[in-house]
Amino acid sequence: MTETPDAPGVSAEVVVPSGATTIPVLDVRSGMFGGSGSGDTSGYGGLVRTIELPPPTVRPFGGWFDEVADEVGLALADDGLTFDEAVIHTVVDRGEITFHVRPEHLLAFLRRLRDEPGLRFEICAGVSGVHYPHMVGAELHAVWHLVSVTHNRIVRVEVSASEQHPHVPSVVSVYPADDWHERETFDMFGIVFDGHPGLTRILMPDDWVGHPQRKDYPLGGIPVEYKGATIPPPDQRRSYT
Amino acid sequence: MDDVTYETSFDDVVNEPPLSGVDSDAFAGTYDTTEGGRVYTVTGQDWDTVLAPDAGHHERVVVNMGPQHPSTHGVLRLILELEGEVVTEARCGIGYLHTGIEKNLEYRSWTQGVSFVTRMDYLACMANEAGYVLAVEKLLGIVDDVPPRAQVIRVIALELQRISSHLVALATGGFEMGALTAMTNGFRDREEILRLIEMMSGLRMNNAFIRPGGVAQDLPEGGVEQIREVLDKLPRQLDGVPQLLVDNGVWKDRTSGIGYLDLAGCMALGVTGPVLRATGLPYDIRKSMPYFGYEQYDFDVVTETSCDVYGRFLIRIGEINESMRIIAQALDKLEPGPVMVADKKIAWPAQLSIGGDGQGNSLDHIRHIMGESMEALIHHFKLVTEGFHVPPGQVFSWTEAPRGALGVHAVSDGGTRPFRVHVRDPSFNNLQATAAMCEGGQVADVIGAVASIDPVMGGVDR
Repeated sequence: MTETPDAPGVSAEVVVPSGATTIPVLDVRSGMFGGSGSGDTSGYGGLVRTIELPPPTVRPFGGWFDEVADEVGLALADDGLTFDEAVIHTVVDRGEITFHVRPEHLLAFLRRLRDEPGLRFEICAGVSGVHYPHMVGAELHAVWHLVSVTHNRIVRVEVSASEQHPHVPSVVSVYPADDWHERETFDMFGIVFDGHPGLTRILMPDDWVGHPQRKDYPLGGIPVEYKGATIPPPDQRRSYT
Repeated sequence: MDDVTYETSFDDVVNEPPLSGVDSDAFAGTYDTTEGGRVYTVTGQDWDTVLAPDAGHHERVVVNMGPQHPSTHGVLRLILELEGEVVTEARCGIGYLHTGIEKNLEYRSWTQGVSFVTRMDYLACMANEAGYVLAVEKLLGIVDDVPPRAQVIRVIALELQRISSHLVALATGGFEMGALTAMTNGFRDREEILRLIEMMSGLRMNNAFIRPGGVAQDLPEGGVEQIREVLDKLPRQLDGVPQLLVDNGVWKDRTSGIGYLDLAGCMALGVTGPVLRATGLPYDIRKSMPYFGYEQYDFDVVTETSCDVYGRFLIRIGEINESMRIIAQALDKLEPGPVMVADKKIAWPAQLSIGGDGQGNSLDHIRHIMGESMEALIHHFKLVTEGFHVPPGQVFSWTEAPRGALGVHAVSDGGTRPFRVHVRDPSFNNLQATAAMCEGGQVADVIGAVASIDPVMGGVDR
C-alpha cells in the first residue's frame, strides 16, 4: 500500500508482554480546527497532540475478566502454551475486555474460549477490520467479538497484521459463522484469512480493484454546486478532528 | 463444482441461430458454451429453447433465482443446483445493495451517522439507530446519563418498529408462499404502526430519531393517546392472523418441517433472533443484557421447539403480542422530563417541531439563537457543524433487532467523526444458514426457508 514517509507515523510496539504499559499510538496530529497552510498567527497551529488508544491493563482486570483470563490460561496449558505466550496484551476499557492475541496462537485461543465449560463463547459475532495507518508494522487489525450465551459475557479478540504481509489465520474451522464475515473483511480491508474455505469478495464486484475500507482508499464523490457556491465532496470537507 | 461457471455476462452471449424445432423468436433463450457446459440465459417464456431436443440435457441444472425475483425477499441472488426438484446445493449471491454506509460514516459527525445507519435494515430503522447510538454512548461514557423519558420513548419506538417489522415478515412470507390475504392484512396493519412512528419522528422510515444522548424530539401532544388507541385496535385487526398463518392446514403443510435448523446449527452459524428461538433457546438480548432500561419491563421471550419455518412464524406472531405488552407498560412509565442528555457539549441543541413549511428546528430555539444570545448561536453552530469529540477507544454494542442480534463495533480516534464503525447485521449473518436449511429439500421450500430468515438486503449489503 502507499507509504507516506513524511507522515508522523509512530511505530506501535508489537511485542509487549502481558501487564506492560506501552500505549498504542493511533495518530499524531498538529494544529487545530482542521485547517493548515494558512498564515497562522494564533499559535494554535503549532499544537501537537498524540492520540493514544486505551493502554494495556495490568492485573487484576476486575469482575469476571480475571476469571476468563485464568480459565483460558489454564486451558492453554494443554496446548503447551501460557497465557502470556498467546496474548500480547490485554486492555480493559469502558467495561469491555480485549485480548490482543498473537496470530499463530489465535486458533488455539479461540478453541479454548469456545469449548471450555467455564468459558463457552458459543456465538461468534463476526470479524471487523480496522485500518490504523500510523501503527507501522501492525496497520491492519482483525477484531472478533465472541458471545457466551451460557455465561452471558462478551469478549473481544484482536489480531494485527502489517500491510506488507496482511495475513491472519481464518477462524472458520472453529466458528463456521465467521465465513461471510471474513470474506467481507477481506473485501473491505484486504486482510487475507489463511485457511478460509473460499476467500472471495462478497459485497464488491469480483473484479474490483482495491479495498474500499482502507484509510488510503478515497471515499469519492463530486462537488455540488448550489446557487453559485460549490460544496466539496464529503472527504474534502474540513474535518475538525 | 468448482469448474462450473454460473453466470454469463451479456457481452459473451452469442445469439445462436434458433435451435431446431424452435421458430425464429425474438425472445428465444441464448446460450454460451463454457468449460463447465452450456450456460443458458433464459428470461421467461423461452424454456423451450433449453428443453429443445438437441439442447443437450445434463443431470445437473444450476439455476439463478434472483437477484430480481419477487419471492427472494429483495435483491438476493440464490444460486441453486438442482436434480429434478431437489436442491443439491444452495448458495447466496449478495452485494447488490451495497452502498458503503460504513465508509461514509467515517466522513460525517457521530450524530450524522444516525441518518446513515437508519438506512441499513430499512424495515427496522429504529433498531439500527439503537445499536449505533448505544455504541456511541458507550464510547462517550454517558449510557447511564440518558434521561429516563428518552429511554422510555426509545423503547416505545423500538417495539413499534419490531411490530411493524414482524408484520412485514408475516406479510411477505405469506405472500411468497401464496397467502395473499396475509400480505394485504400485514401491510394494512403495518400502516397503523408507521403512522405512529411518523407521529413520533416525523418520518415513516429512515427516521434518524434515536440520537446520541436521547431522542430527536419529545412525543407530540396527544401522542400517548394515539398510541393507546392503536394498541386497543390492533389485537382485533390481528384476529385474522391465526386463521391464515396458524391454524390454516394449507399453510401448516407448506411450512411445517421445512427449513430445519436446530440449536447446534444455529450456534455454529451464529444465527440469532426468531430462528434461534424456534429451536427452544430463549436467547433475547433485551433479557440477557438489557439496554435502554429493558430490565424494567415485564415480557416473555417467545420460543418454539419445532426448528422449522412454521415455528419461526409463530414466534413472530408471539413477539408482536409481547411488544404490545411492553409498549403498554412504557406508556404508563412515561413521566415528564427532558429527552436529551444534560451535557450541553453533547446534547443536540434544538428540538424539532412542525412549522408552516414542514419539520424543522423549533421556533423558540431559532428566536433564541438568532435574536437573543450570540453565545447560543456559536454553540449551536459548533455542535452542529463540528460535532462533539469522542474519547479514543473501541466498544461493541449487542442489541436485539427484530431479525436477531445486531452488533456494532465502533472505534473512535478522539475526533468528531467515527474512525471505524462496523455493523454486524443479523440478516447478513443469518443468510449463511440458507445452505443448511435448503440443501436436500425441494425448490419450492427454498422460498419458505429464506422467508423465515426474513433477510432485509439493505442490512445485508449495507
